[in-house]
Amino acid sequence: MSTLAEILLNGLSLGSVYALIALGFVVIFRATEVVNFAHASLLLAGGYITATLHDDIGFWPALLAGIAGAALVGAAVEFLVMRRYRGSDHSVLAIVTIGVDILLTTELTRRIGTDVIPLGDPWGDAVLRLGPVSLAHTRIAAFVAAVLLIGAFLLAFRYTSWGVAMRAAAESSETAALMGVRLGRVSLSAWAVAGGLAAVAALFLTVFPTPGLERATSLAALKAFPAAILGGLDSTTGALVGGLLVGVTESLATGYQGDLTFLGRGLGDLAPYLVMVAILLIRPAGLFGTKELARV
Amino acid sequence: MSENPAVPQRPTAPGGPLRPESDEPAPAGPRPPTGTRVPGGRRGAPAHPGRRGARFTDPRTYVRAVGVVLLLAFPFYLDRFWLQAGLFAMAAAIGAIGINLLTGATGQLSMGHAFFLAVGAYGYCVFAADGGDGLTGLGLPTWLAAVLAVLVAGVAGGLFSPISGRLSGAYLGIATLALVFIGQHVMFNAHDLTGGANGRDVPALNLFGLTFDDRELVVADVPFGSAEKLWYAGLLALLVGALFARGVLRGRPGRAMNAIRDHRIAAGVLGVPVARHRAAVFVLSSMYAGLAGVLLALVFQRTVPDYFGITLSLDYLAMIVIGGLGSVSGAVAGAVFVSLLPQLLTRYSDALPFISAPGTGGIAPGEAARYLYGAAVVLVVLFLPGGLARVAARRRVRTEPGEQ
Repeated sequence: MSTLAEILLNGLSLGSVYALIALGFVVIFRATEVVNFAHASLLLAGGYITATLHDDIGFWPALLAGIAGAALVGAAVEFLVMRRYRGSDHSVLAIVTIGVDILLTTELTRRIGTDVIPLGDPWGDAVLRLGPVSLAHTRIAAFVAAVLLIGAFLLAFRYTSWGVAMRAAAESSETAALMGVRLGRVSLSAWAVAGGLAAVAALFLTVFPTPGLERATSLAALKAFPAAILGGLDSTTGALVGGLLVGVTESLATGYQGDLTFLGRGLGDLAPYLVMVAILLIRPAGLFGTKELARV
Repeated sequence: MSENPAVPQRPTAPGGPLRPESDEPAPAGPRPPTGTRVPGGRRGAPAHPGRRGARFTDPRTYVRAVGVVLLLAFPFYLDRFWLQAGLFAMAAAIGAIGINLLTGATGQLSMGHAFFLAVGAYGYCVFAADGGDGLTGLGLPTWLAAVLAVLVAGVAGGLFSPISGRLSGAYLGIATLALVFIGQHVMFNAHDLTGGANGRDVPALNLFGLTFDDRELVVADVPFGSAEKLWYAGLLALLVGALFARGVLRGRPGRAMNAIRDHRIAAGVLGVPVARHRAAVFVLSSMYAGLAGVLLALVFQRTVPDYFGITLSLDYLAMIVIGGLGSVSGAVAGAVFVSLLPQLLTRYSDALPFISAPGTGGIAPGEAARYLYGAAVVLVVLFLPGGLARVAARRRVRTEPGEQ
């Protein structure tokens, strides 16, 4: 029983981190209708900046620098690449982000090499014990941070003029532009926010029990894609639910690996994708996605 | 090659008006709706009945002939390194044609191409090997194994049809991402089929009593090893694959695919069964990937799971974007570019600035190649819509202005 509780709590924490990544992904999609396949490399960029700076300037400033750096990279991608595209086919832009991803990931993995770089977080490997259940401090911090950030984001999305502009652009970009919404700024800010959220997620993907930032971190970040898809690409609620679902499933599959040996090792890494395929079979637009309606 | 400017029944022949009139590959990227081609407009040969001689005055014919002769002669002159590089390019070209049918012509983004390559490669091993060492092998004749491997890849694509038929765009892209991870999981875990992380040896192909291995066979004083022999098998496979794809693109299915890409609902209204076509193209594209996988396995002589990762899928997408979406020649051009670039950089890394041998801290050739084609993908989409194939087509228009 206590194992199950531990697994579920860890899963929720992991899921909230995935939700952070998926949220950024969804924000970009809503604001610009572009599927950002370079998201994992934004995350890697944020993590790398934090990891290299924390020795010199301390952890918290390094984290801020990482967030700002990833936001800057995101904004730069939007400004230098996305904005230059003059066509109207968004699936082609998705392929451009694949090109960007190839560039960024190659550069970052070359810098990281075979190292495993710790991020110098203050929690270390401390564990909180609540009766029979023990939980790493890092996991609690991840959950709290994710909840705060997501909450702040949703409030901003709802009540600030930035959020209104963003939602208006998602609803109908043409009308929004006519009403004075500056679409360029909207999409620039969407990319920046997504980069910042990804940098925070990078921190929590690489702290205890994970040894640190390494090449494979971007593979872990890829699991936020199924999270975003199974929730529905255009739904922020979907991103949250999808993230939690993916996190808990992965945690369960890893936790009960011993009982599932007939399915092979490393099932946890596969679980998010299997859940996604299963859900897409039943609901092709994801759990909360709007079914694509077309007016002819 | 189906050369056509043949004769009288050209533009108004019954049943003919929708068929493109020249041997030029289908144009890439956004194309005008079907049936709006102006005869003799930007195509080389206008509709003068009886101009059979046009073929002999057309410089393209000679370029092509020289190309064919060179391709046939290469095994006699190039060393093993270049032959292998060429074989990789051929395998990549076959795979790229497949994904271009799906992503380029039908607009269905797939990131799962690596999975189907793996199915082809491992399928061939399982069908052809003799077994033993804890590995399953059926010991079938190798040609049959190759055919079956391609079919199995098609079946695998067909099993995915509930998803591939209904989804499109990013949803399909990420759903197919799942295939890559499922494939990796199976490859690492199904030891008796795949040999686990160490992979398994690939039995040499045997056709009509000729074994495609390194046992010496001397043709015109040139020792023919596996690379030399496979070169011709690869050329043949690529030729058949390219012609078949061209036929598909130009015929009814191709029209339907482009209609689905350009406007799914309009296509449906016109009577195109959208879901069925999407699923069918997915199967066809998987079979191309399977064939490419078989050829790759034969060239590598060993299959390892690490190769068939997400990076490989991205490479294939890069190929078709660089080459040109939706056309056969674009797929081939992009495949040659993306697969030869790392080899070239490796070979000449000493002579090139900024590039150093792997592990010395500088930029390794493989990485340099990835920078280059990552940038190429971005630049091509932004500044060169249509890719390399479109550049060639544009040049052609400029060099043949007056044939009206």
